[in-house]
Amino acid sequence: MSATEQFIQQLIFGLSNGMIIALIALGYSMVYGIVDLINFAHGDLFMLGTFLALTLVGLVLGLLGVNPQHITPLATFLGILVMLVVCPPFCAGLNWSIDRLAYRRLRNAPKLAPLVAAIGVSFILMNLGQFWGGLPMDVFGQGKAAAAPKNFPDLVPATNLLTKIGLTSNIRFTWKDLMVWSVTLPLLVLLTVVVKFTRLGKAMRATAQNPVAARLMGIDTERVIGSTFLIGGGLAGFASVIYSLYNNTIYFQLGYRSGMDAFTAAVLGGIGNLPGAALGGIVIGLVRAMSDQYVATIWTNTIVFGILVLILVFRPSGLLGARAREKV
Amino acid sequence: MNSTLRSTIFYTLLSLAAVLIPVLDLVLTRLGWGNWAIGNETCQRVLIFAILGLGLNIVVGYTGLLHLGVAAFMAIGVYAFAISTCSIYPFQVGFWGGLGIAMAAAAVAGVLLGTPTLRLRGDYLAIVTLGFGEIVQEVLKNVDTVTKGMQTIGDLPKPVVPWFKPPANFYLYEFDSLDTVPWYFLFLGILVLLVLLVRNLEYSRLGRQWMSIREDQLAASCMGINPTEVKVLSFAVAAAICGLAGALLASKLETTAEPTSYDFNVSITVLCLLIVGGLGSIRGVLVGACIVMGFEILLNRGTQALQRWGLESGGNVFLTPNNWKFLIFGLALVLMMQFRPEGIFPSSRVKAELHKAEGQPPTAEAPGA
Repeated sequence: MSATEQFIQQLIFGLSNGMIIALIALGYSMVYGIVDLINFAHGDLFMLGTFLALTLVGLVLGLLGVNPQHITPLATFLGILVMLVVCPPFCAGLNWSIDRLAYRRLRNAPKLAPLVAAIGVSFILMNLGQFWGGLPMDVFGQGKAAAAPKNFPDLVPATNLLTKIGLTSNIRFTWKDLMVWSVTLPLLVLLTVVVKFTRLGKAMRATAQNPVAARLMGIDTERVIGSTFLIGGGLAGFASVIYSLYNNTIYFQLGYRSGMDAFTAAVLGGIGNLPGAALGGIVIGLVRAMSDQYVATIWTNTIVFGILVLILVFRPSGLLGARAREKV
Repeated sequence: MNSTLRSTIFYTLLSLAAVLIPVLDLVLTRLGWGNWAIGNETCQRVLIFAILGLGLNIVVGYTGLLHLGVAAFMAIGVYAFAISTCSIYPFQVGFWGGLGIAMAAAAVAGVLLGTPTLRLRGDYLAIVTLGFGEIVQEVLKNVDTVTKGMQTIGDLPKPVVPWFKPPANFYLYEFDSLDTVPWYFLFLGILVLLVLLVRNLEYSRLGRQWMSIREDQLAASCMGINPTEVKVLSFAVAAAICGLAGALLASKLETTAEPTSYDFNVSITVLCLLIVGGLGSIRGVLVGACIVMGFEILLNRGTQALQRWGLESGGNVFLTPNNWKFLIFGLALVLMMQFRPEGIFPSSRVKAELHKAEGQPPTAEAPGA
């Protein structure tokens, strides 16, 4: 593989992972935009989504009597369908309930109170993920070594599509990449349409701009906040499905790791800014891929955290954020 | 009962307990009821976490900045101590010198982290400190030519009393890993010194500046306080205290332990004990350390009991009490925030601040937000 091919390969890899990060980052950004809260538990919500996805795949494979090592097209189709139908509503509902139970009472509290509550929720969810890994199912290794990373069955084949259409090259663009792109891009378009052109989107933007004025205009801000948590959670649900299918390994601390990536992405794009979050996600995906390739895998996390710190210090408004929203 | 009397009673009881617990343990062990003894290991953990809590309390409690990376300061203290004292490095400054260097290194790290970041808003700052914690951990792990990475640095020196030649088998002098009572009293002594120090700091000019920043940064800077400078100092002092805690722990364990053992979970445990105990209150820190660590002991005891009764099979994730730890910590954080954000032993001023918003209409969270 030549150097150029290597670069292009990492570009594809980074873009696909970046889109997954972007979906999670949107959840952080939307919630931050509307209630000024870093929803620390968002990454762990995503992690629970991946565990639900694995459970569903386990059920589908069990019902069809398919061996995880030899996936049939029917199993792939049914598995993905069931996951895409169940996971997003689950994550959306969970996110909404978390807001109701843990954050809602703290809307007028000092700012650190909801943040600490969010950290608490994050720990609760992470612990639940650890318990979930102990389910007595084949896909969870019959519950042995609950904390160990779980293999996600390879539902989507890694067949290179470029050779299929007649291009001979070492670069691989597989069904997996196509799947990620074809789930993420429509979602991004849909989200833009919802936020820009619907009544709910208008209400969301109004609440983000000024909650008091929005209430005075007759907007039920609590309802709008609830919908924001629903949408953000739903996106995390989609992300969890495509993440599991793309990377094929899940573990209960996944939420913390990918949560930090996604949060960095949200900050990079300007937190509260939705196109920024999507862009930030893709940039972080690319940075991770390039760092894995050209620096060293062991330094990748450090580089991402370094970017986070540098952005916060030198340009807290992010790449696309409005300048200086900071009040005293 | 006025507050001075209450606090006198509190400290008297706590000191009595602190001194009597090792004695009680000894008696229980002699009587053959060793299972019921609290155990020195645990007591030392309580003390170490109390020291960490005192440090973090300066940043979170007094100055009102959420810091999610104290474990990093601790790790820097540990590694500074190890590198300056261990025989495989050329410095070998001895135990007390090592403690000093650990504190200095951590304080410098605090200043380096604080200077560029402290003008950030509360929640952004929290994330930066979290990132800092991760970076420190990864760097310690990856720069293994210096830090030995995951192999850890072993054989760290023990405390020695300078200019003092003990007679043979002099009981309280043997700082070894088997007899842990001298360690306990060393940690206790240092904790007492730190409590006195922090208490004086709280009422000093600097302490009052910290609290004025917490209450209203704008008003404080109008009074001529330089917020950045004061905040950086709070970071430095807290870092030094956490570095000290780390160095003490490392000396006790005789090893630095793996860099990954100074992770986010440690930082959160310290934060949790602060919040349970009461932000900005030294009594809160002490009680919080006892509660949070006591809770860890209960879980460990639970595990042991289950093993004795043959219920713990090692495979079942639910029957391992340690697996419940973070679920319960998380619940504690959420519930404390909902129902008693000021903690069990609140500082009266923090309590007043937290409740000042009550009864007022939800005023504009600043228009344009």
